[in-house]
Amino acid sequence: MAEAERAAAPGVRDARAVRAVREAVVRARWGVRAYGFIAAMWVRSTMAYRTSFVLMVVGNLVTTLLDFLAIVIMFTHIDELGGFTLPEVAFLYATSSAAFGLADLLLGSFDRIGSRVRDGTVDTLLVRPVPVLAQVAADRFALRRVGRLLQAVLLLGWSVTALDLDWTPGRLLLVPVMVVSGAAIFGAVYVLGGAFQFWAQDAAEVQNSFTYGGTTMLQYPPTVFARELLRGVTFVVPLAFVNWLPALHVLGHDDPLRLPGWVDFASPAVAALCCVVAGLVWRAGLRGYQSTGS
Amino acid sequence: MRRARLYFTVAGSSFRRYATYRVATAAGVFTNTVFGFIVAYTYTALWTSRPQLGGYDQAQALTFVWTGQALLAAVALIGGGAQDEIQERIRTGDVAVDLYRPVDLQLWWLAADCGRAAFHLLGRGVVPMAVGAFAFELALPSSPLTWLAFLLSTWLAVVVSFAFRYLLALSAFWLLDGSGLSTLGTLLSTFFSGMLLPLNVFPGAFGEVVRQLPWAAMLQVPADVLLEERSGAAGLAGAFGFQACWALVLLAAGRALQSAATTKVVVQGG
Repeated sequence: MAEAERAAAPGVRDARAVRAVREAVVRARWGVRAYGFIAAMWVRSTMAYRTSFVLMVVGNLVTTLLDFLAIVIMFTHIDELGGFTLPEVAFLYATSSAAFGLADLLLGSFDRIGSRVRDGTVDTLLVRPVPVLAQVAADRFALRRVGRLLQAVLLLGWSVTALDLDWTPGRLLLVPVMVVSGAAIFGAVYVLGGAFQFWAQDAAEVQNSFTYGGTTMLQYPPTVFARELLRGVTFVVPLAFVNWLPALHVLGHDDPLRLPGWVDFASPAVAALCCVVAGLVWRAGLRGYQSTGS
Repeated sequence: MRRARLYFTVAGSSFRRYATYRVATAAGVFTNTVFGFIVAYTYTALWTSRPQLGGYDQAQALTFVWTGQALLAAVALIGGGAQDEIQERIRTGDVAVDLYRPVDLQLWWLAADCGRAAFHLLGRGVVPMAVGAFAFELALPSSPLTWLAFLLSTWLAVVVSFAFRYLLALSAFWLLDGSGLSTLGTLLSTFFSGMLLPLNVFPGAFGEVVRQLPWAAMLQVPADVLLEERSGAAGLAGAFGFQACWALVLLAAGRALQSAATTKVVVQGG
């Protein structure tokens, strides 16, 4: 009898594990669907002020265009910046902007969690039957942010045609991989920053140095920056994997840190790792949340 | 006289109000410093391949970077300050209370914004500039008079910036949601102030025009005063005159828009 029980135990454990995984998948799918609902609600609400919305999309597009215009003006005085030509810098700019633009569109309102912690409205999120992460991510979903993504795609198209490169399938495939894993890395930064707000509350701007600061930095050739800074964004906050390392491979430039060649293809793995870490820290932050007020 | 004291009190309490956001200030300093480093490295590369670009040597170019980071919050180059508050008050209808007060709406908010700017200059300007001077070789002036002139020029920059943001904020009377115009305002003032690239690097006729626009008064002119590119009695008078002219023009426009808004528009409420 006892022996039979012992023999059954692993099977029971397996069944439990399968159930847990299935529940996690169901929960994740529900989270994504709920994200869609909330985002759609915010889109409808934005459309109530249509003039403002149009101005904002145009504003976003033009902002990013002017941002690139500053680089074009630099290149009216020079032929190469840090050994990179204008189409090459445009490629870096576009891949960085596309990755960041995607993350910004999907998770850009994440920094609002700080003010929610301050005024205690996280309570509302906790009682709704939707994962808090999905609610925070979709909160104030701003369709206008599509402007940055649009500019990045246009610029990417231009740079790909302007670059004098042999577009092997491997190189071509690296471009979407770069953008998607880059977006995941930036997304992890947003979630980490949001989790940090549970303790810091008022420090939403610190996140800007890694998101906006990060994408600005990645728009320029890595050769421009000091070694220490490059090591920092490779090993500490792995922003170099967003576009620098794969883009150096695509463009056929040497890596200033002389890392082994396989790291050029490591972006998806690094992105997955970042997401796991961000998810765990987010959980810890949410568990530590204490409501405020009376 | 009593009026002047009132506006000083408004400015003072605005200063104190912003001084209470300590963590936010520290976070802002961190961000300004990080951006300062990123831009400083790109400028180093640019000025290494083209020394004397735009009439600046490398130390001057780097000083320009850190001046920009030091003034970013004070001059509200990316918007915010009084602009966001007025917009929100118009959207909710609270602006009706402001209009009741026996003071001038525009001067009230100008005083409040000056108080904010004073705090941001101290709280968010000094540390990034010090870090910049520590990490890079900057061309900071030794004469205290230049620093005084820079302070005056910065104050004028704040007034021009306020006058511009006040115009944007009042648009909320018609648009209700002012965030679209705010985005446009941010883009204009970051690009045309020299925040992305010093205006004297802009080529040809385009550069000539850009240097005469009001946004030049927000960063390029104070930076040139600090770099002693505009010095001597005539140079400084020209700089201050340019800023004061734009301040007056934009303030007058704001006043006209304000009277149009208060006579025609129905205040939101409920």
